[in-house]
Amino acid sequence: MTDGPPPGGGVPGEPSGVPPAAPAADAPAPAVGRVGRWRDQALALGWLVAAWMLLWGDVSWGNLAAGLLVGTAVLLFFPLPPVTFGGRFRPRALLVFLATFVAELVSASLHVAAVALHFGYRPRGAIIAVPLRVRTDLNLALTAEVISLVPGTLILDIDRARGVLYVHVLDVRGPGDLTASRERVLAVERRIVRAIGSPDEVRRLDLEPTERRNP
Amino acid sequence: MSASTLADWVGGFLLLAGATLGLVAGIGLVRFPNVLDRIHTATKPQVLGVLLLLAGLALRLRTPSDLGMLVLVAIFQLSTAPVAAQMIGRAAYRSGRVDRTLLDADELAGR
Repeated sequence: MTDGPPPGGGVPGEPSGVPPAAPAADAPAPAVGRVGRWRDQALALGWLVAAWMLLWGDVSWGNLAAGLLVGTAVLLFFPLPPVTFGGRFRPRALLVFLATFVAELVSASLHVAAVALHFGYRPRGAIIAVPLRVRTDLNLALTAEVISLVPGTLILDIDRARGVLYVHVLDVRGPGDLTASRERVLAVERRIVRAIGSPDEVRRLDLEPTERRNP
Repeated sequence: MSASTLADWVGGFLLLAGATLGLVAGIGLVRFPNVLDRIHTATKPQVLGVLLLLAGLALRLRTPSDLGMLVLVAIFQLSTAPVAAQMIGRAAYRSGRVDRTLLDADELAGR
């Protein structure tokens, strides 16, 4: 069932996070048992084999065998803490997320380019703390990855236990920019959770007030 | 104009655009006053520049095995650039190499 992930069809950044279709989506999110662990491992192996084949540039039985061997060795000798995926995969929200991401990556690049070419201008920065509403490792990691590529923000540090991202903001011109950056980070989180989060997590987006700012 | 000529032209344009973004990222890297500002140029215009270069290459090469490799490079670029940026930023902050006078706010202070 999970033996062949589609090549190039996932979210960039978290290879083991997105199964082609979410099985047993109505199971409670935190209770990912042994079956879930095996599923995650199989998915990771599938991704490693796919990456191996892309590296060699052709699909053959020899490459499949070598990829399985190398992938198994990687998973055995470099074990990572399990990233549990208890969510549900929504193609439409994922498409929204990807389209927004591309648009924001372009505008972020243009923004930084404009600041870089604005000679004689010294940009000011700021470091803000943004508490996320969904504190799973997967959400923290994905949000941290994405906000580094969208306008103005860059991940600096993560408080994993409290679910807080410390974000550097480029080109601050006033307090309004800080508020806007906070909202942009939370908007990124919202789009990610809507694309791959569990129904419970999506509900939490609306329940928890965004005003739960820094203490 | 045939399809392959068009692909060549679009590919060439993308290569130029990507190279320009890489140049601008380099200018920003030299010109920005602070480590943290500099990382911004190493993530955003640099990443988009590489992606444009890859897209341009894909349009010029047009062979399936090369396309797979390019897709792989793009995925790894997107996923590793923020991680590297965070590592550098965190190290710079913790070792006190960040110029505080250029910061309007610092909510990481004292943590």
